[in-house]
Amino acid sequence: MTWEIVIGLEIHVQLATKTKLFSGAKIGFGAAPNTQTTLVDLGMPGALPVFNEAALRMAVTFGTAIDAQVCKHSVFARKNYFYPDSPKGYQTSQMDHPIVGLGHLDIQLDDGTTKRIGVTRAHLEEDAGKSLHQDYDGMTGIDLNRSSTPLLEIVSEPDMRSAKEAVAYMRKMHAIVTTIGISDGNMAEGSMRCDANVSLRPKGQEKLGTRTELKNINSFKFIERAINIEVERQIDILEDGGKIVQETRLYDADKNETRPMRSKEEANDYRYFPCPDLLPIEIDDAYIDAIRHSLPELPDQRSARFVSTLGLSEYDAAVLSASRNLADYFEAVVDVCDDAKLSANWVMGEVAKYMNQNNIEIEQNPVSASHLGQLICRIKDDTINGKGAKTVFDGLWNQTGEVDEIIAARGLKQVNDVFAIDAMVDEVIANNPKQVAQYLAAQEDKRGKMLGFFMGQVMKASKGSANPGQVNGLLAKKLNALC
Amino acid sequence: MTSKTLVQISKDLAAGTYSSLEITQDTIADIKNRDPIYNSFISVSQELALAQATAADARIKAGTADILTGVPFAHKDLFCTQGHTTTAASKMLANFVPPYESTVGQRLLTAGAVCVGKTNLDEFAMGSSNENSFFGAVKNPWDLNAVPGGSSGGSAAAVAAGLVPAATGTDTGGSIRQPASFCNLTGIKPTYGRVSRFGIIAYASSLDQAGPMCQNAQDAAIMLNAMAGFDEQDSTSVKQPTPDFTADLNLPLTGLKVGLPKEFFGTGLNPQVAQCIMAAVKEIEGLGAQIIDISLPNLERSIPAYYVIAPSEASSNLSRFDGVRYGYRCDQPTDLMDLYCRTRAEGFGTEVKRRIMVGTYALSEGYYDAYYVKAQRIRRMIKDDFNRALSQVDVIMGPVAPTPAFDLGSNTKDPVAMYLEDIYTLSANMAGIPAMSTPAGFVNGRPVGLHIMGNYFAEAKLLNIAHQYQQVTDWHLQKPSSNGLPVSNQEKGA
Repeated sequence: MTWEIVIGLEIHVQLATKTKLFSGAKIGFGAAPNTQTTLVDLGMPGALPVFNEAALRMAVTFGTAIDAQVCKHSVFARKNYFYPDSPKGYQTSQMDHPIVGLGHLDIQLDDGTTKRIGVTRAHLEEDAGKSLHQDYDGMTGIDLNRSSTPLLEIVSEPDMRSAKEAVAYMRKMHAIVTTIGISDGNMAEGSMRCDANVSLRPKGQEKLGTRTELKNINSFKFIERAINIEVERQIDILEDGGKIVQETRLYDADKNETRPMRSKEEANDYRYFPCPDLLPIEIDDAYIDAIRHSLPELPDQRSARFVSTLGLSEYDAAVLSASRNLADYFEAVVDVCDDAKLSANWVMGEVAKYMNQNNIEIEQNPVSASHLGQLICRIKDDTINGKGAKTVFDGLWNQTGEVDEIIAARGLKQVNDVFAIDAMVDEVIANNPKQVAQYLAAQEDKRGKMLGFFMGQVMKASKGSANPGQVNGLLAKKLNALC
Repeated sequence: MTSKTLVQISKDLAAGTYSSLEITQDTIADIKNRDPIYNSFISVSQELALAQATAADARIKAGTADILTGVPFAHKDLFCTQGHTTTAASKMLANFVPPYESTVGQRLLTAGAVCVGKTNLDEFAMGSSNENSFFGAVKNPWDLNAVPGGSSGGSAAAVAAGLVPAATGTDTGGSIRQPASFCNLTGIKPTYGRVSRFGIIAYASSLDQAGPMCQNAQDAAIMLNAMAGFDEQDSTSVKQPTPDFTADLNLPLTGLKVGLPKEFFGTGLNPQVAQCIMAAVKEIEGLGAQIIDISLPNLERSIPAYYVIAPSEASSNLSRFDGVRYGYRCDQPTDLMDLYCRTRAEGFGTEVKRRIMVGTYALSEGYYDAYYVKAQRIRRMIKDDFNRALSQVDVIMGPVAPTPAFDLGSNTKDPVAMYLEDIYTLSANMAGIPAMSTPAGFVNGRPVGLHIMGNYFAEAKLLNIAHQYQQVTDWHLQKPSSNGLPVSNQEKGA
């Protein structure tokens, strides 16, 4: 049977507020346990939450950025459950009245087409603390630093049909939240993570199949792997005539498998009700419009500008605008070298290649935009050739010095002196009579290919520093003159 | 020093008749000496009190004293006091020492008042008789066989017994007014949002409101001046200017329109209580007020609606008492579930568990609409009733409770009978309006309070009426005999 994969994502974005959603405690990654807490975050008796307006602005900014309905009346609700890292015994969230209603997001598919994914809602909620099971020998430590950190939970419609689409959606969300500055988007530190709802149905069937929920996936790579492995598991069960159990599953990246966390039967009844300690949030059109008008350039707009004013191809523009930091990096390179096409080639070429090899993101890229820009300038002014440029880039990546220092240290300066090159060409022709004879005997359309041998010899003789364009021109002229 | 009013003590302190340290020491000695009869205190904060008194004396000497500077008072043990045990009358918090002070407590400390201790209450403020306390029932100083009312029963008994001139209380469904009525005190529940809830252990957040319990309206106004005010730490506290609540005390009552809701005088109201109330109303009419019959048609519905909303909020508010971070933890838990179950089973008393279960049930999937949502609808109807009535009249009067203080143990087996005690008081919390009790007579030696309810932020008007009434009556001046035996000859003037 042909199965259709149906995926919906719930993305949790940690908002980049200075203080927590309901307390004045500072937010920061890596502080000593329980040092970033107030009475409110610790769930002390009589402590009361006070809503952080900065989180509201960020949620509304997000709503306007994805062209969603921003709700003028939204309400905090309590989600009641017991867990040691939930100090109040409930999580303050939004249920019936979220701050952001229906919206949408367009993603680019591999075949170049665009697909619209529905966004059901986005709501504000507080994060829980952390249970620390290591280092406490048979006991559990509780760290409430993360308690009451603001999250925006963005719920999609079940509109995605493959793991790749899910990744594209997540990447686009990442680009948007980082572009509008509501989150640092740091997935390794948990600033952005997602739950994926995955189900299968026979192709053509309208009714959705039973879904499982994959919890807390925190990298683009894991989203793809987790969904694919879960799809395989579901297909195996269904094709054996089995039934999918609706449950929450955990993706284990080390074993590349999903396994059940808890089943629906033992699931909590969260007993949502409006939080009586917080007033409903009431905002007006003026508030929303002011935020809408102050939106920065969004990824789609930036991509369009890369095409229209920088002359990039649609594909290059889409790739380079996929993350705010990548796009910022690219534009900073262009600012230095004033060559968008070369900049695009280098960012999508060597930079991407090295990042992949070293498994890092653009933020950790050791080659600064100004260094890469200078490098491109040296290509453009014929100081170095392409091969030399790659050597320089490698030097920059390994932090061995500035662009011109590396060129000088490695003797990569291109020889543009016509007389010097002329002499080298003559020498190679004189030293390789056999190849010259073959060249002359060959048919004219084969000669171009054969020229490569002489090119290689001249470049070797120049230790790679000869201007390849000049070498090529001289070789062709001199050999053809022998005919 | 016993039974001096707050104003008298303040004057004596200013005149140097005695120092704050002296009266504080005397007060503490008096509590240790006499309170074993009433059990109105859970703890005495001797060291803190003496330090506060010493600081107050310095202020008095320096001429920077406030009217409350140096005056002893007691906190209901629901207000978190920095460095002093705060129990909510529960085993769950019997060992809990807050590292912070409630906003109300801080305001009183800033004014220079001296907190001598923490008074008994129904566990987590759940009850109408102060019999639901881990620290034992409180006895009514007017009759040791009677309850003092609840949940602020300890505060009421402490003031009635003359141990302290004033005490704080909280009122979620009548918990200031009913014990004030049962103990012959003046107690006011302000408008919801008038007084900060920060640092007061929550029972039902949308209904809880703190207020003072005193010997008379003037003292209550002075206490409320210190307690009230916007607090940015409480999102439901109202950004309204706080008036001087003593400023209007002496205004005449001419032209005052008083509404008597017929629902407050139906079956269920003890006829002798009704007599006291009607006599008080007559007295107020004599002061120039106009009496108008009105109706609050949804009054009866306030009981079932309240007993859905309050337990629902409580079931969530009390979830934090889980044995993980502070308070009681069961011995040798075998796993997390065992820790939760036994900690809460052992740490909470029967009535608290009953309300947690009722609230959990009311909020659960499939019942939420039938209970919680419906109760909220009734709440809006009650609010509408008051809005309608208070567009016709300035204030509403009636009894605080259907009976005078009942006997200890008489209602403990029937929670519903106990809940019916709250029939006249719940609706003010549901609507969020201010309401108070002022002494209005005695039935068989047990006090009866007159209930005065007003519009939002009309506390000054309520206190004005109570004060004027107290100028022409002496109910509030009556004191229980010091041995706490029934007083049978106190019914003069009814």
